[in-house]
Amino acid sequence: MQNAVEFEHISKLYRLGTISTGTLRQDLQRWWTMRVRRREDPWLQIGETNDRSSKGISNIVRALHDISFNVATGDVVGIIGKNGAGKSTLLKILSRITSPTTGTIRARGRIGSLLEVGTGFHPELTGRDNIYLNGAILGMSKAEIRRKMDAIVDFSGCERYIDTPVKRYSSGMLVRLGFSVAAHLDPEILVVDEVLAVGDAEFQKKAIGKMQEVNRGEGRTVLFVSHNMAAVRNLCRTGILLENGELQCSGTAAEVIDTYLSGQHEKPADRCFNGEEAPGNSEIKIRRMYFVDTDGHTVSYGLISQRIGLRVEYEVLQDIPAFTHGANLYDATGLHLFTTHDNNEPQAGIVGKGTYQTTLWLPGNILQAGHYTLSFAFMRYNPFEVIYHSEPLIQLALLDDMEAPTRHPQYKSDLPGLIRPVVEWSKAEKLVVK
Amino acid sequence: MEPAWSTVITPNNRLLRLNLREVWQYRDLCMLLVRRAITTQYKQTLLGVLWFVIQPLLTTVIYMVVFGGIAGISTDGLPQPLFYLSGIALWNYFADSLTKNANTFVDNAAIFGKVYFPRIVMPLSIVISHLLRLAIQLGLLLVVYAIYQLWLMPGAIHTNGYLLLLPLLIVMLAGHSLAFSMLFSSLTTKYRDLQVMLTFLVGLWMYATPVIYPLSTITNSRLHTVMMLNPVTSIVEAFRYGMLGVGELSWWGLAYSFGVMVVLLMLALVTFNKVQRNFMDHV
Repeated sequence: MQNAVEFEHISKLYRLGTISTGTLRQDLQRWWTMRVRRREDPWLQIGETNDRSSKGISNIVRALHDISFNVATGDVVGIIGKNGAGKSTLLKILSRITSPTTGTIRARGRIGSLLEVGTGFHPELTGRDNIYLNGAILGMSKAEIRRKMDAIVDFSGCERYIDTPVKRYSSGMLVRLGFSVAAHLDPEILVVDEVLAVGDAEFQKKAIGKMQEVNRGEGRTVLFVSHNMAAVRNLCRTGILLENGELQCSGTAAEVIDTYLSGQHEKPADRCFNGEEAPGNSEIKIRRMYFVDTDGHTVSYGLISQRIGLRVEYEVLQDIPAFTHGANLYDATGLHLFTTHDNNEPQAGIVGKGTYQTTLWLPGNILQAGHYTLSFAFMRYNPFEVIYHSEPLIQLALLDDMEAPTRHPQYKSDLPGLIRPVVEWSKAEKLVVK
Repeated sequence: MEPAWSTVITPNNRLLRLNLREVWQYRDLCMLLVRRAITTQYKQTLLGVLWFVIQPLLTTVIYMVVFGGIAGISTDGLPQPLFYLSGIALWNYFADSLTKNANTFVDNAAIFGKVYFPRIVMPLSIVISHLLRLAIQLGLLLVVYAIYQLWLMPGAIHTNGYLLLLPLLIVMLAGHSLAFSMLFSSLTTKYRDLQVMLTFLVGLWMYATPVIYPLSTITNSRLHTVMMLNPVTSIVEAFRYGMLGVGELSWWGLAYSFGVMVVLLMLALVTFNKVQRNFMDHV
């Protein structure tokens, strides 16, 4: 398989503070004190306070460090990472807005991005003139724009006003027109930075739709930067994870999301406990807590529409009277969402020494996307007695699902609220007034 | 067969990397920018394109009153309107495109921060779009010239073959303007105070160029040499000589001016390339 883009040892350094003091007078003064009078840089202090890294002496910030990876033609790559991990810098280098400090990027074909909506629009020019101008800025030739003109105008839905100066357009029309031009650039390599497009749900939806269309229809390569793991999971085949400017891992989208989420967790999604430190008491100790999907595979996150199992392995240290299980679920803020008790009939008599395993199934389409923690308990009835109740031990990440039954298939942005139950809607009927 | 890499992004350490092929690929953009600059300049103004004519006419009248009338500065025996107009047309072209271009990076930070194209397309388009204004003003000069030559003072103006130098003179003016403005715009990304300085500097520069007085009034030979060091001087004088028959046509001066232009353009390209790579990091 041939590569559409190859990143080779890309690094980017930023110098903080001391590049220039901003005005010529101060710079000349600085040059005078430093070079002629051989004194210290009078403005060095300004640079120091800008420096967030622990090393106080260095005023060099490493935005990207030695990034190397390849993108196969036709692949959809999700670039994920926390804020400041270097995602946007990487895209900026790829789209040649700024240059790398070291390294080389090789690419086959035109690189287009869906960020440049309406770049260079001039309010006094008509919609048509602006399409030419904007298209040319994005790298299209005049002949190419002329060929696509009808399609662009059609897609934008601004046909009636196409010969009116765009200063008379509504802001929505401007965005549509701008997007329409960008969407018809037909780049071989499409760059989508969702981070910068946040806030406009309509736009996001269109951008994502275009992205899918471009990739599926014509086998073009897409690089997608996003914070939305659900979107990455839905759209991307492979992914790379950036952390502090370094390439943390690359692989299939699912693997990379996995790594990213497990790194983000305050608590892991899978915990094993050995020896005496294991949570429990003299009768029972929890040995492992983790999540499984319906096929029985260990998972570190789930989709809100899926059933997901909490599996607990515990060791009974001695023969003890029979008992049953319970669990508590808390949200990310620590709010106790619910308690659940094992409703199987507890065995009678004595439970023998040994290791046991139980699984409780959290239903799909109840919980909202987010992070949850779970605690586990052992108790007895008659009289009711809690043998052991752990603190929240593991964390569950639930991702939104674009195909969840709780969402209309055409609605692609966030559904707010604490829970996400399936609600039955009856069809609207016309009232007949008698 | 794999198609070759179409884009290779490197740290780009070579100083003089012109990449004319790339600029050529963006020629449509350049021409569209030229069109934008021309059509939008006087949109929603009462007199529209007439401003191209009114502005030099008014300036000429003011010069006639102040420099010709009150100060009594010689015009080398030429009718004042012709003398001033010829200077103003050339000088305006040079000065306008220079000041307009000096803020290239700062003015276009929004576009430059979002999409890549060879940045030199911007100043290039300005220099080209100002050519239209120059043409209109030269046309105006021609009208006034015709009035004098045919009607007011028939046969008194000795136009000669050196007028054929005009295209070269315009190219040289454009080259100088481009070079200076690229140098300036590269520096203004770091030092904003240069923007203020430039307006002032260009105003002064005009007085160091024979626009409102002929070079022949400078009799002090040392001052004359200093005047000739200004690369625009010989361009204006050569044009006046060809068009109006009065002035100093100095081949040495023109050659010097051309040399300065080439050196400055090189220097400007180096600076501009250096700045355009990373200016987004510190705008």
